[in-house]
Amino acid sequence: MEQRDRSIKTTEKKISRRTLLGGALATAILPVTSAFAKYVQIGVLTVPDPTKQPGPLPGKVGTRSPFEVPVKKPSDISSRSPLQDLYSTITPSDLHFERHHAGVPAIDPNQYELLIHGMVDRPMKFSLHDLKRFPSVTRTCFIECAGNFRTGKEDMTVQEILGLTSQSEWTGVMLSTLFRELRVDPKATWFLAEGGDAAVLTRSIPMHKAWDDAMIAYAQNGEAIRPEQGYPARLLLPGWEGNTNVKWLRRIEISDAPYFTREETSKYTYPVKDKIRMFSFEMDARSIITYPSFPQKVERGWIEIRGLAWSGRGKVIKVEVSTDAGKNWNEARLQGPVLEKAHTYFRYLWQWNGAETEIMSRVTDETGYTQPTLKQLIDARGKDIGGYHMNPVTAWRVKRDGSVLFKPEKH
Amino acid sequence: MLKKLKLRRSHALIFGLIIIIGVVIWLWPPVKTEPQWPKTFGYGKTATQQEIAKLDIDVRPDGKGLPAGSGNVPNGAIIYANKCAACHAADGKEIKGVKLPGPPLVIGDGKTKTIGNYWPYATTLFDYVRRAMPYNAPGSLTNDEVYSLCAWLLNQNKITTASQVMNAHTLPQVKMPAQKLFIVDNRKGGPEVK
Repeated sequence: MEQRDRSIKTTEKKISRRTLLGGALATAILPVTSAFAKYVQIGVLTVPDPTKQPGPLPGKVGTRSPFEVPVKKPSDISSRSPLQDLYSTITPSDLHFERHHAGVPAIDPNQYELLIHGMVDRPMKFSLHDLKRFPSVTRTCFIECAGNFRTGKEDMTVQEILGLTSQSEWTGVMLSTLFRELRVDPKATWFLAEGGDAAVLTRSIPMHKAWDDAMIAYAQNGEAIRPEQGYPARLLLPGWEGNTNVKWLRRIEISDAPYFTREETSKYTYPVKDKIRMFSFEMDARSIITYPSFPQKVERGWIEIRGLAWSGRGKVIKVEVSTDAGKNWNEARLQGPVLEKAHTYFRYLWQWNGAETEIMSRVTDETGYTQPTLKQLIDARGKDIGGYHMNPVTAWRVKRDGSVLFKPEKH
Repeated sequence: MLKKLKLRRSHALIFGLIIIIGVVIWLWPPVKTEPQWPKTFGYGKTATQQEIAKLDIDVRPDGKGLPAGSGNVPNGAIIYANKCAACHAADGKEIKGVKLPGPPLVIGDGKTKTIGNYWPYATTLFDYVRRAMPYNAPGSLTNDEVYSLCAWLLNQNKITTASQVMNAHTLPQVKMPAQKLFIVDNRKGGPEVK
């Protein structure tokens, strides 16, 4: 003790109280709560008895518990949300999926400008400061990539199958508020949205979405939007395919025809029988069980099956869960409030007797559409179905030993 | 007895009040969801024609937005070899078993989606190449270079001849083979799986 006191005195000036309090911490190698726990071990600082030693003092920025390491899964072009590690519908901002076409641009908010021109009385440019002065709106909705579909292996996580969907609470200005300011020509039918990234990504959007619920969002989950999500401002088109929600928005041109950009012709289109379907904007209703799912393990007895359901066309009205490979369907409880064009959390209590089975969920939205099986989608669109706008029912196999495996279906 | 009566009276009073308030709310004109906004907020600045011209790079299928300049197949071949082949292969075709950094651009043996079999409009080529290519130096090509690349790519895909010059007049006239395949999604919600 005396020795410790002395060491405190000598180093007093150099180190903070925070560092000092951490001095007696020990390093422990612990498995962490994550879908990838079996592959990941991390060093965590612990104390033998946390009730016998004060912890660190309040800080400037909070951190996640070192025992919790939900992480995105990046590829060359995207980074997927760890939906199986989340407990409700809001995706923490740092875990929101990413998809970009030439990396994340570094944009100085003081240099940022949004130009709106074309079929308007008065073409205008708005600084970020200008955008923030307008009446603002906050809404919660999901964004899902139109190519959010993977299959093939049993050992796939929810993240790997459909981790390209996330949900945030977005704040910004309604596009209609800005369009009112410019006095848009009533003959205008489309607008072009252009990003300020190195791909200068563009999409053509029908004008009715601008008058309906389109927003320019500058905040996400209460703070400034993250760079990966379009800082300082992005287009937000609730319920519409992710690619149309142009990030780092720098320009809008109002027009009387679509532009047929690369994104809406050679990408984000898909074969339907002998044709190629384009301008599929709304994301079809979809659901998935996130617990239990691979690589989680379950025990015999009561299991609360949990998951996410959503529809780009409005509200989720019903989620059904089957615990016998689709023979019987039972209505799940929905967590309220159920918002339109939003991830909706569902729960269904099930007593597992230890027998091998398959569990799955299907959603019905307020237009009366029920999530189809993969077979139904193939019957409707043909074998050469592609990967865009795929929303089939996803099944998990529960094995006798409690392991849960994805059931990949051929197409 | 009196106490009971009083209580009843106060109950009746409260009940009556609730009904009156209810009727008033019911008959009251609907509340406007938007406040009385000014005609204009006055935020932002008018954009000048020069400011618009600097950013307005989009091109439509009818040719609106195409700049002056022109290009031809031989020049396109040289530019392609220097600036595109590293990612899209020497002849723009898919190399079996090799994952290219960029997708193949010319029809090969497989079912790969290329300019020749999948792109509905030739103008999109100009628009996309000028804004996003080459990947490591986007926006660095001159208009003539982009026209030349369009000429070479369309010729390699057997859509145009080797002598075809590309400019703001000729490019929109190129009829792309896949154009007839494209249909607009006409789903409107409802139970049908389509």
